[in-house]
Amino acid sequence: MGDLTGLLEGFSTALQPMYLLYALIGVLLGTAVGVLPGIGPAMTVALLLPLTYTLDATAAFIMFAGIYYGGMYGGSTTSILLNTPGESASIVTALEGNKMAKAGRGAAALATAAIGSFVAGTIATVALSLVAPTVARVAVQLGPADYVALAVLAFFTVAAMLGASPARGIASLALGLFIAVIGTDSLTGQQRFTLGLPTLADGIDVVIVAVGFFAVGEALHVASRLRRGPIPLVPISGKGMTRDDWKRSWKPWLRGTAIGFPIGTIPAGGADLGTFLSYATERKLSKRKEEFGHGAIEGVAGPEAANNASAAGVLVPLLTLGLPTSATAAIMLAAFQSYGIQPGPNLFAAEGELIWALIASLYIGNVLLLVLNLPLVGVWVKVLQLPRPYLYAGILTFAALGTYAVGASTEDLVLLFVLGGIGWAMRSYGFPIAPAIVGLILGPIAEEQMRRTLAISQGDPTALVTSPFAAVVYVLVVLALVGSQWLKRRQARLDAVVFAQAQRDEERLVPTGGTSAEGPSRKDHDSRGAR
Amino acid sequence: MTIVVGYVPKPEGRAALVAALEEADLRGEPLHVLNTSKGDAYSDPGYATEEDIAEVEALLEESGVPYELEHRLGDRAGGAADILEAVERLSASLVVIGIRRRTPTGKLLFGSDAQTVLLQAPCQVLAVKA
Repeated sequence: MGDLTGLLEGFSTALQPMYLLYALIGVLLGTAVGVLPGIGPAMTVALLLPLTYTLDATAAFIMFAGIYYGGMYGGSTTSILLNTPGESASIVTALEGNKMAKAGRGAAALATAAIGSFVAGTIATVALSLVAPTVARVAVQLGPADYVALAVLAFFTVAAMLGASPARGIASLALGLFIAVIGTDSLTGQQRFTLGLPTLADGIDVVIVAVGFFAVGEALHVASRLRRGPIPLVPISGKGMTRDDWKRSWKPWLRGTAIGFPIGTIPAGGADLGTFLSYATERKLSKRKEEFGHGAIEGVAGPEAANNASAAGVLVPLLTLGLPTSATAAIMLAAFQSYGIQPGPNLFAAEGELIWALIASLYIGNVLLLVLNLPLVGVWVKVLQLPRPYLYAGILTFAALGTYAVGASTEDLVLLFVLGGIGWAMRSYGFPIAPAIVGLILGPIAEEQMRRTLAISQGDPTALVTSPFAAVVYVLVVLALVGSQWLKRRQARLDAVVFAQAQRDEERLVPTGGTSAEGPSRKDHDSRGAR
Repeated sequence: MTIVVGYVPKPEGRAALVAALEEADLRGEPLHVLNTSKGDAYSDPGYATEEDIAEVEALLEESGVPYELEHRLGDRAGGAADILEAVERLSASLVVIGIRRRTPTGKLLFGSDAQTVLLQAPCQVLAVKA
């Protein structure tokens, strides 16, 4: 019952006009960045991290949560109308949704994505409100060795699941862990990798690394390949969802939620996996398999629901264990830390008011997003007409400004652009950024817990694995590593099947005209663009 | 001498194209249809799709006026600058553009390609309303 009271109190906080305004700003901003390809919620929250120095914690987290959810909604719009996923969790939506839009059912695709997101987001938030406090009560009993095990689990699954190959993911993770140890060791006062520079003695601020990797790196990456023509936007057509569409959508929504939420809670690299699993499930269960790859509404409804459900799922380990399982969650953890709050099992007890307000704001954010997204799709699509040079120049300015605001030091700016250069190189060579961020933020926590374990056991390293919980987690690490490769292979195979089907489809269409002109002329644009 | 028309896949662009066709027929001059985009945004509603181009070509073929179609991504100019460049290059006798209603604020913020062409074109300008 205590939880319900907490939640109601949370609503009474989150419904205050001031916090409603922050939620509105958050969802507006989140939808805008979700719509734009390349800019995701992780980058936006990173850019806004300096706000945590002035804004009160509740306002900041309500806004960040809005951005997180909004990004998930916005991504589907771009996928459906532009065939370019706005963020990685919307890749599957691009497969089916764009085909639907081209077939003149764009409005139905957008509606099923938005309503599905709302249904899934709300159910998943209810699940979060129920599960999180329970998990927290169990998690209180975890010892330092167990935390080390959980951190290792998060490290390896995030590194293995994201990016082009596990080796790249682990390299990225290692880079993050390395940046995390730079600075003065808190226990011994020893300087680590500081090169004797006073700037590095305090370590590198998380804000600088996150902004450097996400914002500066991404901006440079886009600038380096700017000459790409506009992508034809499919006009929004059709009348919205028919009775048949509703009938075909509601089950995928619920199944997507059921798949997405648990996937979000385990450290599996956020929402991407859930969307693919949901898509595969819908494809298997559908009575109209032949429609998949040509615009099946189930293929939009399920994955979109899964992606929003997993966004809520990600908050479970974040709020109860302090374990970030996606890039955005890692940056939100950094935000908690900058308020001097350490997410973990004691969070619900120590900061109950803040956390329940945050959870309540998720319910409110979902309603706001549904209201904003259904009728205002046309407005969001306009965001895509923003010239990219203006957009990225703005991001770079904001990144530099935010970094300077944190420490008012020029060295930080130099560091920002050095890290931005590294981020750009990583982005260009297919190294995922998220493992580096997770390593950076979770690394120091894992280190502290490991040293605590060793201190308690007086230097006996077996203490790290003898706790039953830790042992189970290490077994899971091995299983997850094997399992993730299996899942990836399945995902690749699914991609290949769908792609081949779409290809066959196009070939069949060529003789009747229409698409035939598209191939050569598109190439023509590209070659011009490459000049 | 050539007539240059700035085409966009919008009502005002289509009106301009029709007016330019009539004018080209009347003057017995070839028509140069221009549609460009800076290509720096993810989507540009002014940039003609394949279907738009097919529609334009059908219209042009039907009229029998000799024409040339320039559909490309501009390097850095875009909009008015591309039209003016084509006028210069072809030493056009007339440039046809479509105009639409703009608010003063909109013009202040985003500028007006039509105004630039009207003021800077070295030849006659025919402005057509949708």
